[in-house]
Amino acid sequence: MLEEAGKPVQIAIKRQGRTATARLAGEFDLTAAPLVREQLDGLIDAGMQRIVIDLRGVRFLDSSGLGVLLGRYRRLSERGGSIYLVTAAEGSVRTVLEMSGVRQVMPLLASESEVPRA
Amino acid sequence: MTQYFELVCPSRPENVGLCRVAVATFAANIGFTLSEIEEIKVAVSEAVSNVVVHAYPATEGLIELGCREIEAGIAITVRDEGVGIQDVALARQASFSTDPERMGLGFVFMESFSDDFHVESAPGKGTRIEMRKRREAPAEGA
Repeated sequence: MLEEAGKPVQIAIKRQGRTATARLAGEFDLTAAPLVREQLDGLIDAGMQRIVIDLRGVRFLDSSGLGVLLGRYRRLSERGGSIYLVTAAEGSVRTVLEMSGVRQVMPLLASESEVPRA
Repeated sequence: MTQYFELVCPSRPENVGLCRVAVATFAANIGFTLSEIEEIKVAVSEAVSNVVVHAYPATEGLIELGCREIEAGIAITVRDEGVGIQDVALARQASFSTDPERMGLGFVFMESFSDDFHVESAPGKGTRIEMRKRREAPAEGA
């Protein structure tokens, strides 16, 4: 457990047309928030209309990470775009997402294949 | 002697993870389950993140983390000597935040993931949060 302390978040991005998929791994907290915010804002600024954020590799999520997700949702929805969250069916990340109410504005999907076709 | 530890560190974002993992390791050593530890980690992360973001907005201060085993489980304190909270009742409301990039869920998660939750704060004098969480009773025959 101690070896996990301070492990930086990792983010891998794939673009296809105006859809981008961002796969996150690691701990999505206050330390990770600036990097993830910058990467996702870059996708929005580049004109992406659909962003799929795959959180299945995220071991820890708190309100700092949630704030980044909701902030990106606000930015993209102002431009008519959508964000989809892919997450495991259970575990603490799922619990935090459910408690926060973000699913009212961003669908929680089990896999990328559930993302509606453009 | 009761098991306990204290940790004092600068209010830097990278120390949020340090505090979280220190408490999680302590909780594991005194018999909390993995799902309980996941909840404890979120509560600690929220409390320490608040110190970094809100208690010392313009300068660096100290995070004072305390953790001790109590009969029923664990007691965690997070203390700072920062700006304090103007209105604790307002700050505890869901969706209240002075920062547009935050969701105002910090106190909600702290309260939801602990069994007892207490905040003391005064403007200019800092904030002290105490969270207590009970261990699940061990299964019969375990």
